[in-house]
Amino acid sequence: MEIAIISGKGGTGKSSISAAFATIGEKVVLADCDVDAANLYLIFNPTHDEEQVYIAGYKAYINKDLCIECKICMDYCKFDAISLVENKVEISEVYCDGCKLCSRICPTQAISMTANDKSRMYAGDFRNGKMVYGRLSPGEENSGKLVNIVRDKAKQIAKQNNIDTIIIDGPPGIGCAVISSITGVDSVLIVTEPTISGLHDLVRTIEICSKFQMKTWVLINKYDLNKDMSDEIERYCVESNIKIAGKIKFNSNFVNAMILCKSIIEYMPYSEDSKQIIEIFNLIKNTE
Amino acid sequence: MKIAIASGKGGTGKTLVSTNLYNIITKDYSNCVLLDCDAEEPNDLVFFDTKLQSIKTVNQDVPVIDESKCTYCGKCYDYCNYNAIFILPQSKIIKVIDDLCHSCGACSVACNYNAISQKEVLLGNVNTHIANTGNVIIEGRTKVGVYSPIPIIKSLIKEAEKFDYVILDSPPGTSCPFIQTVTSADFVILVTEPTPFGLSDLKQSIETLDTMNKKCAVIINKADLGDSEIYNYLDSKKIEILMEIPFDREIANYYSKGELFSDYMTEWKEKFLLMFQQIEKKYGNSNN
Repeated sequence: MEIAIISGKGGTGKSSISAAFATIGEKVVLADCDVDAANLYLIFNPTHDEEQVYIAGYKAYINKDLCIECKICMDYCKFDAISLVENKVEISEVYCDGCKLCSRICPTQAISMTANDKSRMYAGDFRNGKMVYGRLSPGEENSGKLVNIVRDKAKQIAKQNNIDTIIIDGPPGIGCAVISSITGVDSVLIVTEPTISGLHDLVRTIEICSKFQMKTWVLINKYDLNKDMSDEIERYCVESNIKIAGKIKFNSNFVNAMILCKSIIEYMPYSEDSKQIIEIFNLIKNTE
Repeated sequence: MKIAIASGKGGTGKTLVSTNLYNIITKDYSNCVLLDCDAEEPNDLVFFDTKLQSIKTVNQDVPVIDESKCTYCGKCYDYCNYNAIFILPQSKIIKVIDDLCHSCGACSVACNYNAISQKEVLLGNVNTHIANTGNVIIEGRTKVGVYSPIPIIKSLIKEAEKFDYVILDSPPGTSCPFIQTVTSADFVILVTEPTPFGLSDLKQSIETLDTMNKKCAVIINKADLGDSEIYNYLDSKKIEILMEIPFDREIANYYSKGELFSDYMTEWKEKFLLMFQQIEKKYGNSNN
């Protein structure tokens, strides 16, 4: 089964929970789909048995020797990426979307496309199974496609190695990478925190899960930082028919574990937090 | 002067810094605006008492194919660099996948049979709010289910042109939404936390800003939860630490309720103002 852990709001503890789920006992495939800021490899230091180049998109480059300054490309570009700088046509790398239209319509073939080939997908072993992760090179879009590649690889590895559980650590937000991280999984766990921002983001994250008809759970992390807000989040979940998987207290042990490159389960296996996380994991796994 | 508040890792305190910095400078400076560029999960408005002044809708042109004119020649399919057109010529099936379309217009240019027209699809809004103090806060807000926030961020940044002081609350990460936001800024404040995850993402942000020739400095949030690696790194890179905010249940509590801690804890009011004055003195002469 595939379990995706997402959060909407960043910094709620999503990766700490993913790391804990990955080290409870049974072997898992861990897929770090937060390709824009992949971090779990720092804790698990996986082997790099496989590396795959991912083409995240293209950028247009202009050969100024061939350009006749006809400016046709400027009229066609919908991204305001082409402008005149000191009477020369220039293409901005930041604004270029890689659609290739300028290169197609240029009468002197002065514009060529270059692939953005710095992003990678890695797969290998970690101490409790297999790990797959993606690293999107800075400035790239299309992270959803890289997420799909990571997930496909994770499924393939799970099948080959007879591993039953895939843990997906998703990205923040509600955009294309999140959609790619949750579509088709068996359960989604949203990790939230008792702040008004947390609640706002949770509402939008639940909306996206409902849109794709996902089986959705909520975990309120650091719930004791504001118990009234935590109660409000619980009320909202009850009204929206979303199950609360559990509530965890604020605790610096999570940070201390991370500094030692361990999950909370590895750092303090018999702590109240670890027991609770194991219960939550079993609850999600065993609920049809 | 335009200052972007960014971070690689989510949840480090971008919004905490943006809202409090904006709050403090509006007391001493006029013609300020706060732009909430985290259009997937905007939250800045939570912290202010505001009235909605105007709503601007952001639409995207998506092609519509007139099947009575289409010859299924496949040229639009060849021109589309985003795989947004699906075609089975033998079965005379052609479909546009709206979610994948980037509105580049290449398919319309490709079509020799005048079979492609455009329809408008709603992506989200740019909402302008006026605070009770007369100050302006503008947020971008994607419609839930929209894949990319980029067109909304672009439209939002255009709104800021008439202001003297612009604070941009950036989306997390270092991918396209971050680049779009920081490109327009004179100076970037990176908010981080002293953990291995925080450091890893901070390095990526700093390297990305380096390639863009953007000046930046750092605020360390939850400064007492973590280790000292981040300080060693910043020291070796000669990057200034503008401020350290400790983990403090009082600050966390104000934040959780949607309140500005700089209004209640006067020492922070002074710290934010002093920090801003120093930034302006050091980095603020590029367009004023």
